[in-house]
Amino acid sequence: MERKLMKVYPIEENCISCRYCEVACTMVHSESQDPVKAYKLEGLKPRPTVEVKGAVSISVMCRHCKHPFCFDACISGAITVDENGKVNLDEDRCVGCWNCVLVCPFGAAHPFVERKHSFKCDLCEERGFPACVEACPNRALIYDFER
Amino acid sequence: MLFKKPQVAFYPFMVLRDDYKCVRCKSCVDQCSFNATYYDEDLDAILNHHENCVNCKRCEAFCPTDAIKVVKNPSTFHPDANWTAEAIRDIHTQMLTGAVILTSTGNDKPIRNYFDHLLLDACQVTNPPIDPLREPMELKTFIGRKRDDIQFDEDGINIKTKIGKQLELEIPVIFSAMSYGSINLNLQKAMARAAKEFGTLWNTGEGGLHKSLKEFKDCTIVQVASGRFGVDLDYLETSAAIEIKIGQGAKPGIGGHLPGEKVNEGIAETRMIPVGSDAISPAPHHDIYSIEDLRQLIYALKEATNYEKPVFVKIAAVHNVAAIACGIAHAGADAIAIDGVRGGTGATPKSLRDHVGIPIELAIAAVDDRLRKEGLRNEVSLIAAGGFRSAVDVLKAIALGADAVYIGTVAKIAAGCTQCQQCHTGRCAWGITTNDPKLAKRLNPDIVAENLYNLLRAWAHDIKELLGAMGINAIESIKGNRLRLRSWGLTEQENKILGVLPAGM
Repeated sequence: MERKLMKVYPIEENCISCRYCEVACTMVHSESQDPVKAYKLEGLKPRPTVEVKGAVSISVMCRHCKHPFCFDACISGAITVDENGKVNLDEDRCVGCWNCVLVCPFGAAHPFVERKHSFKCDLCEERGFPACVEACPNRALIYDFER
Repeated sequence: MLFKKPQVAFYPFMVLRDDYKCVRCKSCVDQCSFNATYYDEDLDAILNHHENCVNCKRCEAFCPTDAIKVVKNPSTFHPDANWTAEAIRDIHTQMLTGAVILTSTGNDKPIRNYFDHLLLDACQVTNPPIDPLREPMELKTFIGRKRDDIQFDEDGINIKTKIGKQLELEIPVIFSAMSYGSINLNLQKAMARAAKEFGTLWNTGEGGLHKSLKEFKDCTIVQVASGRFGVDLDYLETSAAIEIKIGQGAKPGIGGHLPGEKVNEGIAETRMIPVGSDAISPAPHHDIYSIEDLRQLIYALKEATNYEKPVFVKIAAVHNVAAIACGIAHAGADAIAIDGVRGGTGATPKSLRDHVGIPIELAIAAVDDRLRKEGLRNEVSLIAAGGFRSAVDVLKAIALGADAVYIGTVAKIAAGCTQCQQCHTGRCAWGITTNDPKLAKRLNPDIVAENLYNLLRAWAHDIKELLGAMGINAIESIKGNRLRLRSWGLTEQENKILGVLPAGM
């Protein structure tokens, strides 16, 4: 399988823990396309999460692993890997067993308890370009071909 | 306020949050470096310690939903022209601490800004203006000692006279001295890159030259100040010019003190002092008590660098600035940098910042006049510093008689600074005047270098437009050309000092 995948790469030295990636992600994945409504009316949560410890901060999102544990662990066939190596999660087929949440070594799959499915970064497939990368004010996220 | 002195309740700024728009992303909590914002899990609310807010506006800038506004506290003291809020708060601070009030940035008092009282000329009918987008326009500036006379070859065309080392600038704007320690390496990197790309210079300040910046040798002015931090032969040679710092506009007559807790490994190595030790710059250079002593240091530095580096001397604009500048010219300096009363700093006692020194506009005019009268003007270049805000200020300064200007605050503002006057705390939320790794990483040198380059480019365009309107095609032709300036609203005495005519004459 030849992989020609573009991924989001976080750069720790540039991350200023401003959470723009989180809010931009939540907004573009909402019905309303409005950040306030996305959080408050639609109850959405961000797919990347900014991890902060002292001076170190980094935005963590799905790495679209070469050998995705979540794919192995998925009991319903909701998680698939396409020909480029992109890991997709079909929220409609997800039964909410949270296996992917448990096995993900990056904590990048999240449980959406109210809606009984998990969710993760889809690289803004519908949008064409990842919102988090576009929103980052300090060039701490880059969208590039897999290294 | 509970467990606090009563005066703490009279804080100057408040954070207003539109709770409806707040999505609890906690960006503001993380961005605030002054402990003014916190998240309460039980209330699921973001709350503020308003008394800690310094109006740096970091939270406001980084609220993704525009839910925050930092405002002046609407609760005021009784209106009183003498007992202003500032006067009262300063008394509170001193009665509680028993200490000098430290502050930073430049003088914030309404001392007359003479640039705002000067107007530029333009051509109409009798002489043609120039369109800078169609015709060549030159901002090239040479800093260094010029000869009294010029001798030509027999052909009468080629110049026989050899002139000393000249620094070639594409724009008469140089990044001012800001030391590694007072600002972090990221801003120095950004200034060095922008200076190199645009063709101007940047100044290391008194904190030495970090090894990672040695590649910018040809656009670096290295400073030798009273603390002699980081000075060795290699430092002097890794430069385009050497500057002896005698004083600074924001704190004439006093030295500097970088507290030990800020001296991390990088700073210690660059300054050549132990980690964690206080970096103290004495008020005087202990080997300079006269013009003759200054001459010795100037020539010691020239001797050490094989007479290849121009030597600048930087002083604060004080009352006898013209006489002092003359002495410096006699002492053999290649350029004199003068820092006016509005010059900025990373830390200074408030009383000195606000009340010592004179405006740079008057200093330029006085020094230029005096040097001309003494027949010394061609021997030294004159670099003005302290409070330049725009390309127009730069041009007016050059028309008054400066060769180039230093910009420091402008560079900081281009890097994000909101002039909140907290540099001395080392907690700069914009990551400029801090070496805390969490804060310093907020300043991305790549982005700031681009911003600074854009700024120089914009100023160059601006200056060219103004020169074109005056029918001048080279910055050299406006230098000291005070006939192209008029003043408004100034007294006869002020006009005389500035050497300009009032508007209408």
